[in-house]
Amino acid sequence: MKENREGIKGWLRPYKYGLPRFAYWLQRWTGVGLLVYFIAHVIETSNIVNGKIAWDKMLELTQTTQGHIILTLVIGMCVFHAANGVRLYFAEGGKGLGKAGRPEYPYNPLSLNNKMKACIWVSIALAALAMMYGASILFGE
Amino acid sequence: MRESNIMKIHYITGISAIILVAIHIMFRLIMPYGASLEYENVIANYKNLPYTIVLELVLVTVAIHGFNGLRIILIELRQGRVWEKSMTWLCIIGAASIIAYGTRTIILASLTGEV
Amino acid sequence: MSVNLKILRYSPKEGKRYDTFEVPYQRWTTVLDALLYVKAYVDHSLALRYSCRMASCGSCGMLINGKPRLACYTKISELNSNEIICEPLPNFPIIRDLATNFDRFFTNHKNMMPYIINEKTDRKMDDIHREFIQKPDEVEKYLQFSYCIKCGLCYAACPTTAMDKEFPGPQALAQMYRYMIDSRDQASRKRLEIIDNRHGIWRCHFAGSCSNVCPKGVDPALGIQLLRSYLLGFSKKGEEKAVLYISSH
Ligand code: SF4
Ligand code: FES
Repeated sequence: MKENREGIKGWLRPYKYGLPRFAYWLQRWTGVGLLVYFIAHVIETSNIVNGKIAWDKMLELTQTTQGHIILTLVIGMCVFHAANGVRLYFAEGGKGLGKAGRPEYPYNPLSLNNKMKACIWVSIALAALAMMYGASILFGE
Repeated sequence: MRESNIMKIHYITGISAIILVAIHIMFRLIMPYGASLEYENVIANYKNLPYTIVLELVLVTVAIHGFNGLRIILIELRQGRVWEKSMTWLCIIGAASIIAYGTRTIILASLTGEV
Repeated sequence: MSVNLKILRYSPKEGKRYDTFEVPYQRWTTVLDALLYVKAYVDHSLALRYSCRMASCGSCGMLINGKPRLACYTKISELNSNEIICEPLPNFPIIRDLATNFDRFFTNHKNMMPYIINEKTDRKMDDIHREFIQKPDEVEKYLQFSYCIKCGLCYAACPTTAMDKEFPGPQALAQMYRYMIDSRDQASRKRLEIIDNRHGIWRCHFAGSCSNVCPKGVDPALGIQLLRSYLLGFSKKGEEKAVLYISSH
């Protein structure tokens, strides 16, 4: 059998290998989502050069319940991607992982330490908080 | 370019984007959100030079970071010279066009009412 | 006590199918014991690879109930299930049944120059006995990475290797760190160059799945991130520091 790679299925599976794998999965999807939003946002706001009428029309289209839900999601994605991204900067720079030494049974890997896991949870919590705050402003008007 | 240099750019644009986007969002929050989106206020934003610089920087950093991220995903997805070359170019062109298009908006909006 | 052992069977001619066997077990029976029971008493044609039966040789890696594990190191009782599913390791070509082909995996390992490079160890002058003296903290920098048994579990768990066939994988990259950080090694520059390419170390995104499955506590993800810190310039390594001890016979 030629390769037997797991392929997309293995690539996209968020579970089975613990929290950091889930964070990896989220980081990917939020990244893609944010890129799509970014492109849409640049195009949507370019309406400003077409005068007040065009701008107001665009606002009418986007300042809807669906628009607010999408924006709330974007806020969450943005905050998670940023906070988890900062964790990754540190980790990939070798910081916060601890020092290699003499592993002892049952071999809890240093790199998957509680500090890292806490940072992932904090990123998720921050994203949730930001979403609530964002939603309260968007829907509060 | 060496992959390590590309990735250093990826890290730097990522960190800068966090700060710049934070400023960008703050401009929606210094007055009631709805009001901040009114045409006159938005145009006023564009006439504020430091803020337009921030906007331009957001545009550039996010475009580079985002499209490089996309490139990373695409070359992990499939390998091969032709595929990797074309995906790299696709991402470069994507980033360049979105930067060009956004810059056009920024320049035209900041000139509104003056010509 | 007995358990159902469901095994993926594959042969190039017949393709894939699952066979289920009922196997008796005790509290201490390992999955490898159960597979060998099948091979001895039920179906001799079952193909699998093993040697040491004690998590030292790294031959018996397979997917057990969906996770890469060593069959000799996994007890049936610890799986808490009355069905045990054994499949060949993913990301490795299957030869037959549970036996997989490690050619690419070993090639990746060899590409990392897994040996100490130091001109002072030239063996031309054989009457001289040379030895490097290393301090314990110098040893501890690489020791845990040298415990790797090349079982390939990390390579099967990694999300990047699932897609990217040119990525060397966690095992190889961790070994690159093991040799680079060794105070006897002089080739850090060259080593960093080897892994700094489009399908090199940067395709690791620290999903940590490799360390999650490693049976020897190698923690390849740690090695990779520490290695990357040298490429990012956060850490620096001077040339070899270990003291050379020379004595004539
Ligand atoms: S790093 Fe661990 S999981 Fe990977 S091959 Fe070595 S021993 Fe096996
Ligand atoms: S048989 Fe040697 S590691 Fe399992």
